[in-house]
Amino acid sequence: MTIEMIKSLLHADILYGSKYLEHEVNYAFSSDMMSDVLAFATDHSALITGLCNPQVVRTAEMLDIVCIIFVRNKIPDQNILTLAEEKEIVILCTGHGMFTACGILYSNGLLGGA
Amino acid sequence: MEEQLIFNYTIPGDDFTRAGEASSSVKNKLKKMGLDSGTIRKVSIAMYEGEINMVIHADGGAITVEISPEKIRMILADTGPGIADIDKAMENGYSTAPEEVRSLGFGAGMGLPNMKKYTDYMNIDSTVGVGTTVTMDVYL
Ligand SMILES: Nc1ncnc2c1ncn2[C@@H]1O[C@H](COP(=O)(O)OP(=O)(O)OP(=O)(O)O)[C@@H](O)[C@H]1O
Ligand SMILES: [Mg+2]
Repeated sequence: MTIEMIKSLLHADILYGSKYLEHEVNYAFSSDMMSDVLAFATDHSALITGLCNPQVVRTAEMLDIVCIIFVRNKIPDQNILTLAEEKEIVILCTGHGMFTACGILYSNGLLGGA
Repeated sequence: MEEQLIFNYTIPGDDFTRAGEASSSVKNKLKKMGLDSGTIRKVSIAMYEGEINMVIHADGGAITVEISPEKIRMILADTGPGIADIDKAMENGYSTAPEEVRSLGFGAGMGLPNMKKYTDYMNIDSTVGVGTTVTMDVYL
């Protein structure tokens, strides 16, 4: 699924990475605990999370995650966005909660990696 | 590749937002050296978990990364509180992290098991009140 598709399905705003909209995401993973993500996520996946701090971007960086989706209208601060830009990781924000965001993506064909 | 490359990092204990910078730096170096992505991934995840542990449990420390033709060795040394029961600490889900750390996205008790999972060798040497040294190898 392309990042553009994810953005449109979730009615998400893109806060960084409009130039990567056509990039493909193979899997998605959702958690608010970063070690959970580090244990299971596969690369070229999207991370759906309600946690909003710089360690989310760091975690994504270590895993070569291409896109972070913040749920429940969490808006990342400039510090987070600067880090995302440095690491070329797309940042999306949606008003949906975690369960709904995951449900929408899953029912449209995006699968979990684990 | 030269016989051995050594990188040293000091990890500040008082700035959670900067935790992971050393791991990021090592990841970039390994990428530039042209190592395969699987190896880079293993080293990055293991070192990042260790670096975070140093910041949240031990008030910072020092990391040395040694790259030789056979392996990448990471040595993470701190002078924090130490680990009383290492076997217990290695259990999936065991954590002493306070609620404030959990609200930052850590404290699931999965870091040490992850470090073990992503490396080929891991040893923890720890004395309560003195500190902890974690040594991890990823074979090339
Ligand atoms: N460097 C350290 N110094 C002192 N105690 C440590 C250190 N590293 C780990 N520990 C102890 O071992 C426990 C388990 O560590 P582990 O990394 O597996 O989980 P965690 O850090 O609590 O949570 P997570 O890694 O999932 O975010 C910690 O809660 C802590 O009590
Ligand atoms: Mg940990």
